[in-house]
Amino acid sequence: MPVQVISGNYAQAYAAKLARVQVISAYPITPQTTIVEKLADFVASGELQAEYIKVESEHSAMQVCISAAGMGARTYTASSSQGLLLMHELLHWASGIRAPIVMGVANRAIAPPLSIWTDHSDTIAQRDTGWIQYYAESNQEVLDTALMAFRLAEHEDVRLPAMIAEDAFYLSHTVEPVDVPSQEEADAFLPPRKARDIVRPGEATRLGSYIGPDLYMEFRYKVARAMERVPATMAAVEHEYERITGRNHGGPLPLYRADDADAVLVTMGTATTTARSVVDALRARGEKVGLAKLRVFRPLPVHELRELARTVDRIGVLDRSYTGGLVGAAYSEVAGAMYHARERPMLQNFIAGLGGRDITPPMVEQMYRRLIGAGGSEVEWIGLKERKEVA
Amino acid sequence: MTSYETVEDLPEVCIATEPSDQIETASWRTMRPVIRLEACTKCNVCWKFCPDIAIAINEEGYPVVLLDYCKGCGICAEECKPRAIDMVKEG
Repeated sequence: MPVQVISGNYAQAYAAKLARVQVISAYPITPQTTIVEKLADFVASGELQAEYIKVESEHSAMQVCISAAGMGARTYTASSSQGLLLMHELLHWASGIRAPIVMGVANRAIAPPLSIWTDHSDTIAQRDTGWIQYYAESNQEVLDTALMAFRLAEHEDVRLPAMIAEDAFYLSHTVEPVDVPSQEEADAFLPPRKARDIVRPGEATRLGSYIGPDLYMEFRYKVARAMERVPATMAAVEHEYERITGRNHGGPLPLYRADDADAVLVTMGTATTTARSVVDALRARGEKVGLAKLRVFRPLPVHELRELARTVDRIGVLDRSYTGGLVGAAYSEVAGAMYHARERPMLQNFIAGLGGRDITPPMVEQMYRRLIGAGGSEVEWIGLKERKEVA
Repeated sequence: MTSYETVEDLPEVCIATEPSDQIETASWRTMRPVIRLEACTKCNVCWKFCPDIAIAINEEGYPVVLLDYCKGCGICAEECKPRAIDMVKEG
């Protein structure tokens, strides 16, 4: 298997190519653009046989995927930030008609003030759209997860769209060695889509059109049931991927040195790598700290979070987004999941790294210090430039 | 139309196999368009502007309102050049 030195964006494009996507819709936005640019190269060179459709907006980009998926095609697109926000309405349509679209998202801050840098607010704002959401830590994870996402999304028990989020620039534009599966391996893992419940030319068929109060609720319930079936299917898909490629990224909530930990920090995306190095440094000094990577945000790994709550007394949640509420989105989700845990841990929320601010090892250490010291407020903004009170 | 009793009877995906014109969607109309044929010039602007499928054209070329689809929006009356359409309150 050849190792290539590629960016996260190219990892997304390679995954779509290996998946033999049939329809790609493309609308540029920094920092996603090189995903669809690379796919354009693949199509132009003949390496990938796909319809490459240039559209006039992200709203149309998603509609193209919905229509193509609604006719049975395997589809892919990519977006970011304001573009993803413009797609919002269509994201509901995609999950509602059970279109197994796969989308790459380079996580970028939302304006104003305008920023092109890493921040999870764009994808967090899509958490209620019925999409499966992955957050990747490395370019290898981007490629593997995107490829797995096709199989999961298209699985008969699931049939829901999936987005693979990668941190802007930290992954999207940073090159890393990535083990790219061969086409034979990809084909062995991912057979052509077996599409059901699609529209066909010449047949009077409608997807997702008008329904009365007598039946609407039942179709929402079916989406909810499909979401409930995701964890088991995801585990099976990851097992199969490991059998073929030897790689497994550890399920929806991989833990690191959390077994006997007094305090665990929950992270998403690239901040996880930084936090892992801080865990090692603190462990070397005898401090029992650990890490939980929230790799899948939708559906939330409720079972795994409750298991974590059983063994750890103090849990911090790092949100790389601000969502307008009193607490961060990941924090409120984790707290909600743990409310019904048999043993409820002390919880603290850290908001950091907004708009591309680096989350540094000292910042992460500060979070662990707060957790171990069990002091401070429920929500704390870490790394904020504020005037220091002089005693 | 097929009738469904429970969630288990429904297909997994909200897909319908009959055309949408088989669904009558206008029971909540409060105003209905009434066409005065003596003023109508058969220009078909009402048919063109109707956002639903509520205007048909008969064999003589005159517009006919299909009340199963008409929501009473009044666009046809607004656009009619010779003012041949009156919006009349439903009883």
